[in-house]
Amino acid sequence: MNWPLYVTPAHIVRLYDRFEALDKEKTGHLRPQDFGAINRLAMNPIGDRIIGAFFSPGQETVDFHSFVRILAHFRPADKKHPKDPSMPEPVNSRTSKLKFAFQLYDQDKDGKISRAELLQVLRSMLEMQVTEEQLESIADRTIQEADLDKDDAISFEEFRKSLEKVNIDHKMSIRFLR
Amino acid sequence: PLRRYASPGIALARSAEEPSATTEDGGESHRHGGGFQMVQWEWSYVQTPYIIAIWILVASVAKILFHFSQRFTTVVPESCMLILLGLVLGGIVLLTSKKQLYQLEPGLFFLFLLPTIVGDAGYFMPARLFFDNLGAILLYAVVGTLWNAFCTGFCLYGVKLLGVIDQKVQAGLMEFLLFGALISAVDPVAVLAVFEEVHVNETLFIIVFGESLLNDAVTVVLYKVYMSFVEVGPENVQTADYFKGVASFLIVSIGGTMVGLIFAALLAFITRFTKKVRIIEPLLVFLMVYLAYLTAELFSLSAILSMTFCGIGCNKYVEANISQKSRTTVKYTMKTLASIAETIIFIFLGISAVDKSKWAWDTGLISCTLIFIFVFRALGVVMQTWVLNWFRLVPLDKIDQVVMSYGGLRGAVAFALVVLLDAERVPAKDYFVATTIIVVFFTVMFQGLTIKPLVNWLKVPRATNRKPTINEEIHERAFDHCLTAVEDIAGLNGYHHWRDKWEQFDKNYLSKLLLRKSVYRKSELWEVYQKINIRDAISVIDQGGNVLTSARLSLPSMASRASFPEVTNVTNYLRENGSGVCLDLQVIDNVPGAKVEEESETHHFLAGNLYKPRRRYQSHYSRHFMTVGDHERQDREIFQRNMKSRMETFKTTRHKRHSHKKDRSQKKAGIPKRNDWISCGGASGVEDEKGEHLEPEKEEDVGITFVARKVPDTPKERPKSGVSEPSMAPPSPTCSERNLPWKGGIGTLPVCVSMEATKIIPIDLQQAWNQSISSLESLASPPGPVEPLHPASAPLQAGRAEEGALSDQEQELQPLMSSSVRPPGPPPPPPLAQGLGRRRNPCVYLRSLVTAPPPGSEPLARSRGPTQL
Repeated sequence: MNWPLYVTPAHIVRLYDRFEALDKEKTGHLRPQDFGAINRLAMNPIGDRIIGAFFSPGQETVDFHSFVRILAHFRPADKKHPKDPSMPEPVNSRTSKLKFAFQLYDQDKDGKISRAELLQVLRSMLEMQVTEEQLESIADRTIQEADLDKDDAISFEEFRKSLEKVNIDHKMSIRFLR
Repeated sequence: PLRRYASPGIALARSAEEPSATTEDGGESHRHGGGFQMVQWEWSYVQTPYIIAIWILVASVAKILFHFSQRFTTVVPESCMLILLGLVLGGIVLLTSKKQLYQLEPGLFFLFLLPTIVGDAGYFMPARLFFDNLGAILLYAVVGTLWNAFCTGFCLYGVKLLGVIDQKVQAGLMEFLLFGALISAVDPVAVLAVFEEVHVNETLFIIVFGESLLNDAVTVVLYKVYMSFVEVGPENVQTADYFKGVASFLIVSIGGTMVGLIFAALLAFITRFTKKVRIIEPLLVFLMVYLAYLTAELFSLSAILSMTFCGIGCNKYVEANISQKSRTTVKYTMKTLASIAETIIFIFLGISAVDKSKWAWDTGLISCTLIFIFVFRALGVVMQTWVLNWFRLVPLDKIDQVVMSYGGLRGAVAFALVVLLDAERVPAKDYFVATTIIVVFFTVMFQGLTIKPLVNWLKVPRATNRKPTINEEIHERAFDHCLTAVEDIAGLNGYHHWRDKWEQFDKNYLSKLLLRKSVYRKSELWEVYQKINIRDAISVIDQGGNVLTSARLSLPSMASRASFPEVTNVTNYLRENGSGVCLDLQVIDNVPGAKVEEESETHHFLAGNLYKPRRRYQSHYSRHFMTVGDHERQDREIFQRNMKSRMETFKTTRHKRHSHKKDRSQKKAGIPKRNDWISCGGASGVEDEKGEHLEPEKEEDVGITFVARKVPDTPKERPKSGVSEPSMAPPSPTCSERNLPWKGGIGTLPVCVSMEATKIIPIDLQQAWNQSISSLESLASPPGPVEPLHPASAPLQAGRAEEGALSDQEQELQPLMSSSVRPPGPPPPPPLAQGLGRRRNPCVYLRSLVTAPPPGSEPLARSRGPTQL
């Protein structure tokens, strides 16, 4: 198989072990319930969304290739090899990291984080600690702050803009994938 | 005890013993004659505190003077200037008394000056950043300091053997190792002083500063071990002693940390129960943090570690538990103390240098030490970084390494330690002291002076003094969860995994134990949200208050926006009914608070001085209302025009708002949205505390409290309502106009009791009055089950009448309204209404109207209104 520079061979070996371990029925594919079996993931407030991100729409399983491809989003950007303009955008670029985060919010895949979608995420992240009113005012404020075209939703451009001062490469990377 | 320095009492006594020679008190003590004296000279009685106070005064004045010249302070760091000042002062003292009287006493330094700085640093340490980089910090602090100490020590011994250092310096290997240990530690005071002016990026700063704090344990243990080795003599040192040294390092560092954490937990726990005695909250914070330091010192553990971890540990819980005022107090007091302690340290460092007994100069020793500490620092940093970068997500690049090497400043800790050396046992003490002074001066002054140009030249990423926006807060939280999930999926227990575990533990156990119940239920994100709102509102008020004419404002959290149409309305809103919000915010942030008080004072002053013009103005009004004539028509026209423009604003904003909120309000039809009320209530909640000495404000308090009852248990500051609800803003009055009711304090106006307020409105003003209300109602009232009527589509009165039916208060408004109903078209009331109306915030209006009986007869109202004004 051709690995388009997502990760290093060492990572692939390691991730393959993990993949095998998760793949209890040895089908070569992971199903959502295989992810659900990870205990701590069940406790993660946005765990189900992240599991969802592994499955492209309409598909019930994920093979190893996609598995690695998704995880490769969290590879720190490679500073030593400057971006080759002729190459396609790498999966660990700032934009694709942001896209990954964006689609965690944008569950209906309409390219916009609507108020309802934002509220859902907020609700799961804040659990019971906040009243609905507080949630709503936070959501309102968030949208108002990011929403540049006044459509009461956050598009990807607006999402990117609202985070333009954040070092995404630091905040959306995992060390072991270096 | 670990540091055998003189007790502070002795330290103070030392300066107290020889008072007669100081510049302030020269030769006064002879004057005690016999017999009764009308005025007695009690110098010996007040001497000690007096001298301390004078020194603090000198330090403060010095600080003020340096900051006079903006251009100068940007080039020369304050610490340099303070050392120079110290040198001058020391010179004066030396010249006048032929003997140096003052020096940086180790006892004073370790027990009083250092803790204030470390306490401040620990308490306000950015915890997340600190723990994110804890690995690097620990490596540099432990390995780096050990490396520096050993290399410097051995190499100095080496050059001694080579004959570079003069034979007069009587020191063996152990003495040099001891010296190496005390000179190798990066100093927190110096690092803070220099780096705070340089503003390098946070990561770099936290690594250097964290190292300087955490290396204390290493320094302490090395110092202690070598001291004992020097005492017994190097030939008697057994192998077991080295292991004891290692064991003692573990005890000192871990023990110190534990003591700190225990005190942190205790402090957090105690602050759970201070609800009734808010006043001692700041004191408790200082006490416990200081006690953590002293306790660690008592058990000869690392006091700096203890205090640092106490601060880091307790901050989250304490800040949540204590009141907003206490938070401000803690912050300001800590900063004040730390800043003054730092100033004193540097001045005294300068003074200490001017002392003949310390001038044991040996060029070889000094130059070798300077070279070695610099070279080994750089080498150490490069090697450790190389190792670290294998593990770090964000590698430290070359520029970072240069700054880290260059930022290895030595300071007062080294000096205090070297002064503590026993001259009997360490014959070369004087040489070491002189060398330490030179090293400290060199690093603080030369490196401190050049680090800024260096950082500029290397283009080191700077720290942005930017507070995160709510978007960033939310998304970064989501990122954290995301990374934790990915680590779980990838099956590794990485950093995020452990951080998540800790957060779970904190949430389930620690926070439950250490946070107040009311606070525990609050979400962190909610707090952040409120903080951001408050910050925005403050900035709006700041700008709006200062530049009343500026229509465009920028909100810090919305930096990326080019235009922000609502802002003008926000300003207007805040101007309009700002004082409630305003005061609230001043409580939260001290600075504008002072400003507003000043303003109110100015008002009183102006009111006194502008008495006559004002009177004339009033009489004009009264005449005006007696005789309805051309004037009135003219004025009405003005008012009409004002109202028109008001409506325009309202229309546009309302329109936007309308489309904005449509789907939402439909969704939760039947649930009255109380947020806006809450906002007012919250405002009053805090204001109550503040407003006590601002008598005339009382009325507003009352009015708002009434509203707050709706949501009694949740005082929420939500100035946001101003931000989010594009408000219909009546023509904005000037600041002075707004503040006029404050003049009640000097008696021009009757204290505005709500009842009176309504009664005094002339009947023909009721119209305007009600209109103000209606506009403010729509501003303050929730977009409840019924969407507020579009004021443009429905004539004002009718619209209000419909709305009014919704709630009790407004029903009671009906008589008022009907009594003053006019043809709904152009609303023509005279301008005085504005003057009256805009002074009170919406809640007050409602309140006053609720309690008010239907207005009296027209003549009565007319006669009363103007005169009472």
